[in-house]
Amino acid sequence: MDLNLTVEESAFREELRAWLATNVPKDWSEWREKPIDESFPYLRAWQRKLHEGRWAAVSWPKEYGGRSATLMQQALFWEEMARVDAPPMANSLGLGLIGPTIIAYGTEAQKKRYIPKILSAEEIWCQGFSEPNAGSDLAGLQMEAKLDGDHYVVNGQKVWTSYGWVGDWCELVVRTDSSAAKHKGLTVLLVDMKSPGVEVRPLRQMTGESEFNELFFRDVRVSVENILGKLNDGWNVAVSTLMYERGSYGARLHLIFKRYINRLIELARTIQRNGRPAAEDPIIRQKLAQCSAEIEIMRFNQMRAFSRISATGVPGPEGSIQKIFWSELNQRLQQIAQELLGSFGQLMAGDAHAIDKGIWSYAYLRTRGNTIEAGTSEVQRNIIGHFVLGLPRSY
Amino acid sequence: MQFGLSESQEFLKDSTRKFFTGECPAADMRRLMETDTAYDAALWAKLTEQGYTGIIFPEEYGGVGLGKVELMLLMEEAGRALLPGPFFSTVALAGSVVDAVGTPANKKKYLGPICRGEARATAAILEAGASWNPRDVQLSAANGKISGEKLFVSDAGVADFIVVVARNGVFAVAANARGLRITPMLGMDLTRKLYVVEFSNTPAEELGPAAGLVGALDVATAAVAAELVGGMQRTLDITVEYAKTRKQFGKPIGIFQAVQHQCADMYLETESSRSAVYYAGWALQENSPDASAAVSIAKMYASDAARTVGNRGIQIHGGMGFTWENDLHLYYRRAKASETAFGDATFHRERIASMVIDADSVSVQSA
Repeated sequence: MDLNLTVEESAFREELRAWLATNVPKDWSEWREKPIDESFPYLRAWQRKLHEGRWAAVSWPKEYGGRSATLMQQALFWEEMARVDAPPMANSLGLGLIGPTIIAYGTEAQKKRYIPKILSAEEIWCQGFSEPNAGSDLAGLQMEAKLDGDHYVVNGQKVWTSYGWVGDWCELVVRTDSSAAKHKGLTVLLVDMKSPGVEVRPLRQMTGESEFNELFFRDVRVSVENILGKLNDGWNVAVSTLMYERGSYGARLHLIFKRYINRLIELARTIQRNGRPAAEDPIIRQKLAQCSAEIEIMRFNQMRAFSRISATGVPGPEGSIQKIFWSELNQRLQQIAQELLGSFGQLMAGDAHAIDKGIWSYAYLRTRGNTIEAGTSEVQRNIIGHFVLGLPRSY
Repeated sequence: MQFGLSESQEFLKDSTRKFFTGECPAADMRRLMETDTAYDAALWAKLTEQGYTGIIFPEEYGGVGLGKVELMLLMEEAGRALLPGPFFSTVALAGSVVDAVGTPANKKKYLGPICRGEARATAAILEAGASWNPRDVQLSAANGKISGEKLFVSDAGVADFIVVVARNGVFAVAANARGLRITPMLGMDLTRKLYVVEFSNTPAEELGPAAGLVGALDVATAAVAAELVGGMQRTLDITVEYAKTRKQFGKPIGIFQAVQHQCADMYLETESSRSAVYYAGWALQENSPDASAAVSIAKMYASDAARTVGNRGIQIHGGMGFTWENDLHLYYRRAKASETAFGDATFHRERIASMVIDADSVSVQSA
């Protein structure tokens, strides 16, 4: 056990820090307030800049434009990005989830065709996985793909698609064999979102925004050349994509949460409670301390998991405790914020009395989704119960 | 950066587990807990042979000279076995204090016998106010003598000397000193006996100033948290095994999500406690500026988690979990006693608050 950075890790971080110092945009705080469709070209430009410095996909192998970074270096990358409050990259699903899946399962022709434009943000990718009747039970998805000559004809609906509105391409999971067992009849197709018959609708969520879309496919024709991996092996391809979802990206959460709690501590010094600053109120102190301790424990858990993955090579089902931990912690954190802010906590952006431009009311609502998105807490507990503890499958 | 155990640390943990499984199985633990002191001389000799009594102490005093992470691993396995007797009191508590505050001559005199397995010891801290804040200690020594009363002194009944925390320094009192009276307290944890220790003009040797005391108590606090991790792991293992074999409605009860999800939460709580304890061990070893914060984080989390894990484990066992013959209640008792020992979660949350709210710098480092 040695929590000091190795020489290689330090060198990686120093190089990144130097690059960020001269390249990170100074005006992100103004842009982040704008609607995403307005700021999207800005995010594309930022990703291009990162790509020019070979920082867009550090985890990718060198031959594909990455740096073959170790997991610990990837974690450092996200920590540094959070530390300088860098904007997100436009093609975050392409870089984080879909690109690595294409590198792992794609043909040489597919890699040549798609990878460079993922890196340069020329083509934005989205993920067509969930359906109205296939959420936690993803393998039960129904979207139908029927072979017609050298094309599949795709019909059905997808939901909760991030970046659908701006997506050029989609990693789409479809059912190619309806007679096979549910995990066995799936195939992943790479689909041009400009194909005739694709319709994208915004899905308005409880925060009032539309981060996600619904996708409707009506007789959409997709060439058999666009199968990713093998026919009817789509479940394995899709699961490998989901595994990347639980990768090093979480390393940035520590700094994001810490920024929240530090701001709450600052606010507690001025907000009055029972005739004295809330920072002197024993109950508020207990709650802030509990939360800041848990933020550290989240990071200790992550570091342990990264070390284990580095040693064994594969992300394991233990990743489920990270997902449960951060999502539930974020909800507790926002509840403490609401308690501290009292009546002001409910004020939304635009209200003259809102504290911190209404970020707390927004965060309270947005974090409600944290225990649902990317695998519900219930599914994560099933994974731990069955795959980690060896209890019989409950579903 | 490598937040995993090294090969030698894995080996230590593994061999320690095998040692306790072989030398202190549940039947022996139960036999010892029914005795007055829970001490077994033969078991102590074997612990000494393994070098466990000198694990973190310098080689010049006969110790093994390993680090605090290794101590955490040893204590975790001791906690898993619910090791009865004065091991924690002697090594992690009294030994740590002597090591931190003693002069070289005192260390030779007091640490040497601990390392050689010749002396058992403990430390007397709490008084009538039962505060774990060293600033609340009232008792003080004058002219080499101590008078007053200490409460909740673990394993004092078998201690060869008692380290006494006083207002004006840290002192050692021999078990056979005059004016020393030791009477049992009837604690919930049957494997770690508690005592009232009264001093009446009792001769006491000054070990050193109290300046190093906080660091030593941090080591003891982290060691308690490490024991709790071991206890949680055992509780989880016993419970998962039960959930796989116990059948109701024709199925193993572990198939029901109401049961399975509780097991998943036990796993999350156990692993998170372990991460926090290992980090605390590392921070103590490196004398990191956030060591005290890390210890409080670990003790805070593990104190609450051990109680919760115990609750879940017993609940999943149903009526069987409520019986005397099932071991879970023994871990549950230890968890409650250890929860308050060296400060409960509320105490450590306030300690964290004083570090992160009152101090301007948020003290936990982020690498």
